[in-house]
Amino acid sequence: MAVLLYAACKFNDKKILPIYGNRQPVTKTVNGQTVTDTTYQTIPAFKFINQYGDSISNKSLDGDIYVADFFFTTCPSICPIMHRNMLQVYNTFKNTPGFKIISHTIDPKHDSVPELKKYADKLGVAGNTWWFLQGNKEDTYKLSESYLVRKPQEDAKQVFIHDGSFILIDKQKRVRGAYDGTDPKQVGQLIDDIKTLQAEPDEVAVK
Amino acid sequence: MRSGIVIGLLLSGIALLVACQSEDQLEFNRYYSNGRVVYQSKCQNCHGANGEGLQSLIPPLTDSVYLKANKTTLACYLKYGLKGKINVSKKQFDGEMPATGIADIHLAEVLTYINNSFGNKSGVVTTQMVNEDLSRCN
Repeated sequence: MAVLLYAACKFNDKKILPIYGNRQPVTKTVNGQTVTDTTYQTIPAFKFINQYGDSISNKSLDGDIYVADFFFTTCPSICPIMHRNMLQVYNTFKNTPGFKIISHTIDPKHDSVPELKKYADKLGVAGNTWWFLQGNKEDTYKLSESYLVRKPQEDAKQVFIHDGSFILIDKQKRVRGAYDGTDPKQVGQLIDDIKTLQAEPDEVAVK
Repeated sequence: MRSGIVIGLLLSGIALLVACQSEDQLEFNRYYSNGRVVYQSKCQNCHGANGEGLQSLIPPLTDSVYLKANKTTLACYLKYGLKGKINVSKKQFDGEMPATGIADIHLAEVLTYINNSFGNKSGVVTTQMVNEDLSRCN
């Protein structure tokens, strides 16, 4: 169970997005002085395949701000409304370098690479801004936990249940926001928060 | 005093108009407003609040020509699902709509709502019409 830490900060009248997830103090010695720094929870390594058949890992997103969600192409309930809203995000940032969207299918058995390509085409998504990823189901389910998303469940009818969260990840792979992807207002907030994050100066890491 | 009488006459006139709303109009209103509730819970996630659909994945419900041409089979599509290629709003769709599980009475209501919203205007779809259409589903 992840501890959700929330820190709303205002600094120089500029909004700073909170950093979610577990954090740990780390004591190290810098220039002979003892310094306590904080390490934040980050998205762990993963490896999947996108709609073009390309291998995509956490390294493919190095230096990018990205939004992640979990879906499946034959989902009749909340997925259409999620991706109707995600299209707003896509259309706002598709020409912005350093920004990506990744949608993990939770039904890799049906959602093969050609199925994902077909889905992307029908949704009007081209290029490399929005990747639809498939791979080992257990890996996907496990990864969902690090996004602080409710782990997808399969009920007796084999109908997938998952939540409609859009998760905002920063360049350091830390969770900076979670939004209800079925709510156009929250998705509007996500678009604003991406702009805030893009304006955030790169941190000088103490190592 | 005089204006009071005029207003009184006007008000009674309006009351008469409301009372004289035809049986048909009342029936339509009942189907339509119930249909909106059914639409919101069973259709809106995919087809959108304004019947706009979703790109080439989910067809819009704004093509009056398609709706009219298929008016007697729409109930079957809703009850049993729809699969395969269809042309709606000058676009081809090749997906699958699952069976909705909507009860027959609510099928009539939601069809009345769809056929008279989003720029469509083709009148009431009654439970009796739906029953007849359902008896002829392929």
